[in-house]
Amino acid sequence: MEIAISLLKAFCVGGLICVVGQILLDYTKLTPARILVGFVVLGVFLGTIGIYKPVVEFAGAGATVPLTGFGYLLSEGVSQAVKTQGLVGILKGGLCAGAAGISAAILFGILVALIFKPKKK
Amino acid sequence: MNMSYKEYGQLVKKMSPGSPIYKTFPLAFLIGGTICSVGEALRLWLSSMNMSKEECGIWVSVILIFITAVLTGFGVFHKIAKFGGAGTFVPITGFANAVVSPALEFQTEGFILGVSSKMFIIAGPVIVYGTIASIASGTICYIINCLGGNI
Repeated sequence: MEIAISLLKAFCVGGLICVVGQILLDYTKLTPARILVGFVVLGVFLGTIGIYKPVVEFAGAGATVPLTGFGYLLSEGVSQAVKTQGLVGILKGGLCAGAAGISAAILFGILVALIFKPKKK
Repeated sequence: MNMSYKEYGQLVKKMSPGSPIYKTFPLAFLIGGTICSVGEALRLWLSSMNMSKEECGIWVSVILIFITAVLTGFGVFHKIAKFGGAGTFVPITGFANAVVSPALEFQTEGFILGVSSKMFIIAGPVIVYGTIASIASGTICYIINCLGGNI
């Protein structure tokens, strides 16, 4: 039962964040690339001012899987790094926190390019 | 046909098939929600194996990126994206697809100037502005810490 509730929470919050993206896509001239950039920057901003953390605690992956969650991860990383390493943490924290996701995307991108042939559309 | 630019613009707007919102919004909600629930299910499964919260988050992202990469390779992802709209590109799957899809498409231009440079065509700006934002965020944290506050 507890599992079902957390899945439902993740579904609703994640779905709502995606609907915000869809509203921007349908009602503004923003391209998907700009929306992605906007969501990450928004995630960093909301993470910094401390609004996003309770959302993550409530919805789990529903808040961390959308790209705002990636922004939140960067802001959490940088605030931890500043605490433990001081000034140098400002430069290290963000990318260190995002490193696993970025490296994974690069690795799988290269592997897919090696294994698959592009499909004709 | 005599027509001013304005009239022509209106005509184009009228004729071009817009995606009806009663379709796009529920689909974005449904598909985005489903992707997030899959992530949540993975997170619950991983945390049941005594993994720390941080590790769980990283592995959830990595697994979702892997699934997206495979689906992109098989040409399935863009079929889902066609009706999922923002539901597929707002989650981390969209970031993964933005890396893998051009990597695959620009194979013909070689592995240096094709695959590896084109793979950042959308991910690049995301990383650049994400990093800049995190530097700004870190600077604020640093100043607050110096002033003796806590964030």
